[in-house]
Amino acid sequence: MQTSLGTPTLSAIVCFLVIVALTLAVTYWAAQRTRSTSDFYAAGRSVSPLQNGLALAGDYMSAASFLGITGLVALRGYDGMIYATGWLVGWPALMFLIAEPLRNLGKFTFADVVAFRLRQRPVRIASAFGGILTLLFYVLAQMVGAGNLITLMFGLPYEWAVLSVGVVMLAYVLFGGMIATTWVQIIKAILLLFGVTVLTGLVLSRFHFSLGELYGAVSARYGQTALEPGGLVTDPIDAISLGLALMFGLLGLPHILMRFYTVPDARAARKSVLYATGFIGYFYLIIPIVGFGASALVGREIIRKVDSGGNMAAPLVAELLGGTPFLGFIAAVAFATILAVVAGLTLAGASALSHDIFTHAIRNGKATEQEQIRVARVATVVFGAVAVLLGILFKGQNVAFMVGLAFAVAASANFPALLMSIVWRRFNTAGAVCSIAVGAFLSVLLIVLSPTIWVDLLHHTAAIFPLRNPAIISMPAGFLAGLVASLLVSEPEAEEMFHEEKLRTYLGIGAE
Amino acid sequence: MNVSHREVLNAPEFRQLVARRWRTSLILTALLFLGYYGYIVLIATNRQLLSHRVGAFTNVGILLAAAVIVGAWVLTAIYVVWANRHYDPDVARLRARVRGN
Repeated sequence: MQTSLGTPTLSAIVCFLVIVALTLAVTYWAAQRTRSTSDFYAAGRSVSPLQNGLALAGDYMSAASFLGITGLVALRGYDGMIYATGWLVGWPALMFLIAEPLRNLGKFTFADVVAFRLRQRPVRIASAFGGILTLLFYVLAQMVGAGNLITLMFGLPYEWAVLSVGVVMLAYVLFGGMIATTWVQIIKAILLLFGVTVLTGLVLSRFHFSLGELYGAVSARYGQTALEPGGLVTDPIDAISLGLALMFGLLGLPHILMRFYTVPDARAARKSVLYATGFIGYFYLIIPIVGFGASALVGREIIRKVDSGGNMAAPLVAELLGGTPFLGFIAAVAFATILAVVAGLTLAGASALSHDIFTHAIRNGKATEQEQIRVARVATVVFGAVAVLLGILFKGQNVAFMVGLAFAVAASANFPALLMSIVWRRFNTAGAVCSIAVGAFLSVLLIVLSPTIWVDLLHHTAAIFPLRNPAIISMPAGFLAGLVASLLVSEPEAEEMFHEEKLRTYLGIGAE
Repeated sequence: MNVSHREVLNAPEFRQLVARRWRTSLILTALLFLGYYGYIVLIATNRQLLSHRVGAFTNVGILLAAAVIVGAWVLTAIYVVWANRHYDPDVARLRARVRGN
C-alpha cells in the first residue's frame, strides 16, 4: 500500500494546529486563574472526579502504549494482549492501598505524605531523589519516542521534533500550571479515546462487526498461533517480576500521585480512580482489536518495513480505512498524547524540586507564596530543559527499557516508603531514607546487570542478574531496608504523631 | 492533641473503622493478585489451556485477557460501592464527634 506517512499532509498540519491552538487557548485561560501555589500545583483543588479521572487517564495513556501495544499485537499477536493487561492492574491496587490516605495526608507531592511525621530535611531530599529519578527515566523514554515518532509521521528532523515538544509543553506548565496541565490531559484523553474508538469501529466494519471473523482473518493469514501465547511469557518468575513493577510502579509515579491533590477530598479521589480505571480499561480492551486489524488488513510485512518495532501499525491501518485525513487526525492525536504526558512529568519534576527541595529542605517550610511560585517556574524550565537535552543526547539509542526501569524504581524506591509511612507506627526517618536509597540503588543496579542492558546493549554473553525486570527482588528489598532501619533507630516523636496522623488518614480531619 | 481527638482515637468505633477499611482493601487486593498473577502463571505453565478454542477462532486466552481487564474494573467498582455505603457514613459520624466537642 502507498502511505503518506513521513510527509506532512494538509490534514495532519490542520489537526495539529487546531490541537495546539486549543490547548494554548486553555493555557491562556488557566494562566489568569493561577495565582497561589495551590493553583499552580493542585489546580486549586477544584477538579471534579470525572475531570480528574479523564486527566489521570490522559497522564497514563502514553503514545508508547497507544502505538506500541497496537504494534506489538500486530506483529506478535496475543503476546501484545498480555502487555495490555499489565498496564491496567495497578489502578485497583492504587485505589485499595494508597488513593484516599494520599489525598488526606498530602498537600502537593507524595513526599508530603512520607515526611508527614518524620524529620523534614532528610526525608524530603530522599523522596525528591526517588521521585526525580523515576521521572527522568520516564521522560527520557518519552522524549526519544517523541522524536522518533514525529520524525516518522511528519518528516520533521529529530532535534526539531524534541525541541518543539519541549517548547509547547513548557508553555502549558509555565503559564498555566496544574490547571492548564489538567485540561490538556482531559482534551488529550478525549481525543485519544475518540480516535481509538473510531479506529476500532472502522476495523470491525470490515468484519461485519464480528470479533470472531477478525480473529479468523488473522488466523488465515498468520496461523492460529498469532492468537495464542507466544514467546513473551515463558519464565513465570520473570513475568511476575515485570507484573509487580507495572502494578506497584503506578503507586509510586509522582505525576500520577500528585493528581490526587487536585480534587476536593478523599471521596472525590476515590471516584476519580474508578473513572480512570474505566477509561484506561476500555482503552486497553479495544487497542488489541486495532492491532489485530492492522495485521489482518495492512499486513505484518508492510508494518515492519515502515518501522521495525511496529509503532506505525495504528497510523497505517488508520490511513488504509479512513484515508489521509483520518491518518492526519491520528498523527495529531499521537502528538497531543506525547505533549500531555511530558507536561505532566515536567510539572511533577518541578514540584519535587521547588516544593520538596527548595521550600522544605532548604527553607524549612518558610517561603512566601510569591517566592514559591517563582522557584516553581524556574524549576519547570530547568526540568523541561533537561528533558529536551536528554532527548537529544539519547538520539538513536534503544530506550524502550527505560519505561520498565522507571516503573521498577517507582515500585522499589517510592512505593514502599509511601505505604509504610501510612500504615506502620514504628516507621521513621532512618527507615524512609534507607528504604528509598536501597530500592532506587538496587533497581538501577540489577537492571544494568540484567539481560536487558548487560546482554542486549552491552553485548556481554551472559547476564549477571537473570531477570529482565528487577522488581521481584528490589521491591521487597526496599520494604526490608525500611523495616530494619526503622527498628534499629528509635524516633519517639514520629511514633507519637502517628495517632494524630490516623485521624487525618481515615477521617480527613485537617486535610488540605 | 486535644481531648475530643484522643476520645475518637480510642473509641472502639474508630478502631473498627480502620480495621474494616483494611480488611476490605486487603481482600480486594488478594482477589486482584489471584486474578492477574494467576493469569500470568497460567500463560507460563499451561499454554494448552489458553490455546483451547471456544468459538471458531476465539480461545480461552483471549477471553481471560479481557476478563482480567474487566475484573480489575469490577473490583474497583466494588470498593467504591462499599466505601460509599459503609465507610463514608461511619466517617461522617466520627467527624461529627470531633467537631461536637
